Amino acid sequence: MAKKLPAVDAVMVGVGWTGGILAAELTRAGVSVVGLERGPSRDSNIEFAFPHIRDELKYGIRFGLAQDVSRDTLTFRNSAEQTALPMRQLGSFLLGSGTGGAGAHWNGQTWRWTPYDFEILSQTRARYGQGAIDEDMQIQDWGVTYQQLEPFYDKFERTAGIGGKAGNLQGKIQAGGNPFEGARASEYPNPPMKRSQLGDLFQTATQSMGYHPFPGPSANMTQAYTNPDGQSLGACMYCGHCERFGCDYNAKASPNNTVLPTAMATGKFDVRHNANVVRVNMDSSGKRAVSVTYIDLLTGEEIEQPADMIFLTSFTFGNVKLLLVSKIGDVYDPVTNKGTVGRNYTYQLSAGAGGTLDDKDLKVFAGAGAESVVIDDFNGDHFDHTGLGFLHGGSISASSSGARPIQSNPGGAAWGSAWKHAAAQAYNHSVGIGAQVSSLPFRSNHLDLDPTYRDAYGLPLVRMTFDYRGNESKRSQYLTAITTKILTAMGAKNVVGRGLPEHYSIVPYQSTHNQGGAIMGMDPSTSVVNPYMQHHQVSNLFVVGASSFPHNSGFNPTGTVGAMTYRLADALIKRYLKNPGFLT
Amino acid sequence: MSDANERRKFLKGLGLAAVSLGIGSVAEPPVEAQAQPAAPPAMPAMPAATPAGASPYTYVFFNSTESAFVEAAVARLIPKDDLGPGALEAGVAYYIDGQLAGWYGEAGRWYWQGPWQQGTPQQGYQLPLKPSEVYRAAIPLINDYTQKQFKADFADLSAAQQDTVLSGLEKGDIDLGRLPARTFFAFLLQNTKEGFFADPTYGGNAQMVGWKLIGYPGVQPSYSQIIEQYTTPFPMTYASIGSYTEDNPR
Repeated sequence: MAKKLPAVDAVMVGVGWTGGILAAELTRAGVSVVGLERGPSRDSNIEFAFPHIRDELKYGIRFGLAQDVSRDTLTFRNSAEQTALPMRQLGSFLLGSGTGGAGAHWNGQTWRWTPYDFEILSQTRARYGQGAIDEDMQIQDWGVTYQQLEPFYDKFERTAGIGGKAGNLQGKIQAGGNPFEGARASEYPNPPMKRSQLGDLFQTATQSMGYHPFPGPSANMTQAYTNPDGQSLGACMYCGHCERFGCDYNAKASPNNTVLPTAMATGKFDVRHNANVVRVNMDSSGKRAVSVTYIDLLTGEEIEQPADMIFLTSFTFGNVKLLLVSKIGDVYDPVTNKGTVGRNYTYQLSAGAGGTLDDKDLKVFAGAGAESVVIDDFNGDHFDHTGLGFLHGGSISASSSGARPIQSNPGGAAWGSAWKHAAAQAYNHSVGIGAQVSSLPFRSNHLDLDPTYRDAYGLPLVRMTFDYRGNESKRSQYLTAITTKILTAMGAKNVVGRGLPEHYSIVPYQSTHNQGGAIMGMDPSTSVVNPYMQHHQVSNLFVVGASSFPHNSGFNPTGTVGAMTYRLADALIKRYLKNPGFLT
Repeated sequence: MSDANERRKFLKGLGLAAVSLGIGSVAEPPVEAQAQPAAPPAMPAMPAATPAGASPYTYVFFNSTESAFVEAAVARLIPKDDLGPGALEAGVAYYIDGQLAGWYGEAGRWYWQGPWQQGTPQQGYQLPLKPSEVYRAAIPLINDYTQKQFKADFADLSAAQQDTVLSGLEKGDIDLGRLPARTFFAFLLQNTKEGFFADPTYGGNAQMVGWKLIGYPGVQPSYSQIIEQYTTPFPMTYASIGSYTEDNPR
């Protein structure tokens, strides 16, 4: 029998960006919030301290800050004909755990998605007709527009101190920014990052090709910054240890140095670490969530925490898993195309090219997670897709994130003296141009529960069925050809394109951009939550994060996760708290 | 003198000889004469003399057969050559020993529940073997193979023979029975490169030789100026985590 605790106003399942934003906003509005985090407590002043945080083996290779998959992982298969097997070690994506979640060890690339993304179905039909959409492609409008989201993008950018250059200020195109972006009410709160040699070469080459380069927006502080909540961050030192690491200069915005201390300062936020939620409990009507049950990982005790509002603020897989194991909603079935939970799982795809600049000393060790020069000419619907055989696209960038030696694994041949010579030569002369490519939803790509494998607490693992379908290979070829041309124009030799392989593999690291499974929309027959990430049937249950994204864009998702979460917080405070019910 | 002897002489000179092996205290017979596996010494070998300032390394995971294999293998994967020290000289065998003795070797953060089933390459590693168990299972099988082929353990083969064997493991041409040779080779190569490029705190990359080889300056407080003033030469003063900590100067 679980120990039952006194009820609180709100409970967050997961204490990363989404749980942190909601906790900060709700506690300041007088709401008492409990945060349940399955990972350990982490004092970033101690755990991210120089020089120990600059340990590539511990954090970059052994994933010291990421989720311990010995306790909970997923199973994976490319298609329903295969038996899904457990992801026994992390690889393709790095799930977060502990204070701040994956937000503690991200790179800091913080994008607004294109207006097209939020109305992808209606805009595609209007421009190309229904025939341009593959039969199995399940793109849908999100039920929220870019214009509705804009103030909340702005709020997240100010909270996280994003550095960048506006390209579209109140409808006026700005020199040096991204001319394809949606209109912004105001400039970024900080100037852009410094530009590396690689960035200079990319800037010159893409400009000469008629494209529109601009500095990638960055949560790596471009100067010392105090955000509107009074949280201070240091200036980035371009040390090259962002993704997979904490920041020893407190220069990378994370939940740990922005929203979590803001929430803590109210005295109304109680974070319990090592608390693994195993179930959302419903009342007998099935219309109201009453509590969550968690296991205290220090004692093994099962504890029930009642709350008026329940927020699933875990990563995509955690959110979907809790809905599935709690049997809330209908499980998606790709055969009948009925049900919603698990529908529209998408990932982040890639294309690109590599080569060498033998006459340049690129000093590739220097960089920051979001140091980049980008062109957006081939993302979204910024170019005419007529006759191309695919939809959407990707952002193309030259990134100087810092090349660490094990992960960079320089050199051509695999081993021996030939490899050693190649490695010595390659490290500071290798260049790559990457395309971050959208991932559109297909009927057969989905999440459900594995029939065989279980986590450390006896719950089934989430089962992922995912592969590249239709659209992707043509789009990959198209973008790879462009990156190859750019790299050649930059003066690179030995240029080789890197398109998508035939099948998705869960082994090599690709990106921690996993979306869908509990998607938003206006129609409860094709979505789990409404555009406020509120459950369609259970008005006091909110499923928050990229799990609610109906597709993935050619950009990193964190900016859009932040904006969506601030929009929800605003609606809760202005409307829901006064009159609980469905938000419209 | 065989390559194996050269390596061991080098280690002895550094004062880094593995005391559990008693390296240098037993004369190596030439490879050709080693028709049978060498009989174990009757008495434990005495620790090698250690010059002042150098610490000896004692293997904690590997037994003497295993450490001889790993020392020989890493010396071929990243050899000492005209560019300078290789993986052996960098202490990579010690690095791997330490890793296998710790939570990595025990797959401490890997999902470890059955049922076990081989999947597709896209589904990743599915053997019920921890990294430490892969080494423990593979090394005797490889020595069995080299005994059949060359009448010597891998560690006592010529460099060219060792390269042939490593190549055969890499391509999966050598049959290790129930253990996939390519799986073991992939562990060995990955761990060797880790040890060559990881912070020296972990026992490899001695004197930061891996970083110096490629021009990676290691642990520096800031590159704020370098990022845009990239034509200004960067003073390459290499530093490791230990360079900043009093109790562990390196």
